[in-house]
Amino acid sequence: MDLEKFKVHGEPLIYGAMISIALATIGILVGLTYFKKWGYLWREWLTTVDHKRIGVMYIIAALLMLFRGGVDAMMMRLQTAAPEMKFLDAQHYNEVFTTHGLIMILFMAMPFIIGLMNVIIPLQIGARDVAFPRLNAISFWLFFMGAMLLNISFVIGGSPDAGWSAYFPLASLEFSPTVGNNYYSLALQISGIGTLMTGVNFIVTILKMRAPGMTLMKMPMFTWSVLITNIIIVFAFPVLTVALALMMFDRLFGSQFFTMANGGMDMLWANLFWVWGHPEVYIVILPAFGIYSEIIATFSKKNLYGYTSMVFSMVIISLLSFVVWAHHFYTMGQGVMVNSFFSITTMAIAVPTGVKIFNWLFTLRKGRITFTTPMLYTLAFIPIFTIGGVTGVMLAMASADYQYHNTMFLVAHFHYVLIPGAVFAVIAGFHYWFPKVFGFRLNDRIGKHAFWWIAISFNVTFFPMFFLGLMGMTRRTYTYSEESGFGPLNMLSFVGAVGLAIGFVILVYNIYWSTRYAPRDTTGDPWDGRTLEWATHSPIPAYNFAVIPKVESRDPFWESKRKNIPLYEDKITKIHLPNNTGKPFILGVIFFFLGFFLVFSMWIPAIVAGVGIIIMLAVMSFERDHGFYISAEEVAATEKKLRGETV
Amino acid sequence: MKIDASKPLEYSTEENSNKIFGFWVFLGAEIPLFATLFTVYFVMVNRFADGPSGPELFEIGPVLAETFLLLTSSFTIGLAVHAMRLGYKKATLVFMGITLLMGLAFIGIEIDEFFTYVHEGATLQTSGFLSSLFVLLGTHGAHVSFGFLWGVAIMIQLWREGISPATANKTFIFSLFWHFLDVVWIFIFSFVYLKGLM
Repeated sequence: MDLEKFKVHGEPLIYGAMISIALATIGILVGLTYFKKWGYLWREWLTTVDHKRIGVMYIIAALLMLFRGGVDAMMMRLQTAAPEMKFLDAQHYNEVFTTHGLIMILFMAMPFIIGLMNVIIPLQIGARDVAFPRLNAISFWLFFMGAMLLNISFVIGGSPDAGWSAYFPLASLEFSPTVGNNYYSLALQISGIGTLMTGVNFIVTILKMRAPGMTLMKMPMFTWSVLITNIIIVFAFPVLTVALALMMFDRLFGSQFFTMANGGMDMLWANLFWVWGHPEVYIVILPAFGIYSEIIATFSKKNLYGYTSMVFSMVIISLLSFVVWAHHFYTMGQGVMVNSFFSITTMAIAVPTGVKIFNWLFTLRKGRITFTTPMLYTLAFIPIFTIGGVTGVMLAMASADYQYHNTMFLVAHFHYVLIPGAVFAVIAGFHYWFPKVFGFRLNDRIGKHAFWWIAISFNVTFFPMFFLGLMGMTRRTYTYSEESGFGPLNMLSFVGAVGLAIGFVILVYNIYWSTRYAPRDTTGDPWDGRTLEWATHSPIPAYNFAVIPKVESRDPFWESKRKNIPLYEDKITKIHLPNNTGKPFILGVIFFFLGFFLVFSMWIPAIVAGVGIIIMLAVMSFERDHGFYISAEEVAATEKKLRGETV
Repeated sequence: MKIDASKPLEYSTEENSNKIFGFWVFLGAEIPLFATLFTVYFVMVNRFADGPSGPELFEIGPVLAETFLLLTSSFTIGLAVHAMRLGYKKATLVFMGITLLMGLAFIGIEIDEFFTYVHEGATLQTSGFLSSLFVLLGTHGAHVSFGFLWGVAIMIQLWREGISPATANKTFIFSLFWHFLDVVWIFIFSFVYLKGLM
């Protein structure tokens, strides 16, 4: 065994990261042992199949990744804050921008959204769980292990360094000889399989398990957005699966897919990557649109304007998302006809998106608006996202794109789309649904402080990049000369990044503060909500609804409060729930080791791990676990207790 | 668990019916997966560099045998599901056994074919064309191999428990998977081999 390839050499920063990872690990292990929480962790979290707990784990993982990706961002901004900075070297800078992109998109935005989906969707459709609770746990553990695999690359063997899009031939063994891009192909593959399973699970859940009376066109807008998103997942992720597998074959087994000789074709990778990559953008943005629709309707005290057109515009966006991928590489020589086609389809996306923006504005019109923290994020989203959209149309023009391509203008554009479009949305959703899960609201005053820091600093960070791009600064350059004149705007951008960091620290402080001091909410409906998730208690009992609600309108809970229509008509009967199981977690761990061994081409251990996976699948196939029942009396007692009555 | 007697056994509980629908959605994801592999193959088909091209490599004999085996096994798995619906445990097991044996023979021929290719100097590393050929055929072959193991596991459960809502459900879902592999093979047979032999 050659231990040399595990080591990462060079920088004090990396040694610092190693020490901090080691200390954090030791801290967690000692803490768990000291507070005797191992059993609790295993019984209540690692083995859970409850959609709410899985959702919470997704969100915790996403928040951790947000900070990991955020530290990457801070390092990049610091390195480019002034000309000729020596904070990071070129190689380290490459690794940092690559992992920043990968982590923020795949291990922060997606799991945050999937976490919110997990918590909210079964509640919004009046179901007791997702269709396949155990598969849901497998999805989570595959995602989590994929994320961990990518994160250890930083200290064991070296991170991927060819950009988050990993274009060939740069990402090939010839030009990226470290194991970094092996980590890329395997970590993404493992978490991608988990995401695909989530897609299948939620399509079945939404199509098959809605409460009686909830027709498709009576579904809440967030549920609609999630349904469409999952359909995109099911059609787009297999393309990524194939692309990553081919990459793995090229790098580990010497095949000739993306090579420069022997008939390989490097542009094939760019096409496959973006056939998945562009729909991926909509996978993170459409649920965000759903979250905003819920928040705007709730805090304007009006039903959503243009419900039908909202649904149709999302469907159209999802279709168009599959026919725009080549706009990511107009300059790579596919000719006028192809560029014209993709130019037109790309600009066409602005139309349904515009429809949605106007629908939100009309929902706000004459509404009784309350300016809560989630509403502030929503209101900030509209103008900021519009700037992102308009610059997107600028980039969509193929001939003009030759000027902007791969400049900081592009970087500014997609941050203007993704930060309000995804990050603001998940933060808004986090504040909005937090009381449902934990039974108390996050403090509004601290929340608004964090909001203003984040919203203002965001613009200070990214608006200068539009000008830097137009001045000719290319993306992914680790430094520049003083004569270029890029210095002052980059310094401004760095100042903004510090402000963003402060904003996020305040956001986390708010969680701490509110956990300790915020008044508990006993109503289950702190915002005067409209949809079914507010019709049950908070925190939510394991069975979600004691009685499955009957739905007659698009805002069933709102209507039932205003017009005194009873939601629950049936009597309480015994409720069936699935048992907890540790097998999804174990399966995830084996996948982690399979990935790790393949990264380092350790064939025998990899084969052992592969056989282990097959054995686990067989064990799960042979198991007969029929779950358990909660008796009607026990449900009635729990309900009384949650209502605050004495049993 | 509520059992709805008006439906076939494999659909009889809500969980079972969800599982079947979920598997259809999963097959929906398998279509873009294989479509991508076919696309890669069509892009690569003339990029054989210094290695052999399709017409130089393909032989019709083993391919016809593979086709015959897989298409017949699709018929026998249909018979297995039919017998299962009539409640004949033994017949179900026999037809499933025949299906899996034919699947095994298919895998055998395919492995032999791969060895022949490699022996003729046509390896995964030789050219873009061969990389895409091996990965396309290999992905299908891996599905058949996985299906074989899965089918054996289901047969053991059928043999132990008899035809219950759970085993009927598994058998039916397995049959969907097997038919799907057959459909993919028809595309491979037509657009890889027949087109390559022309």
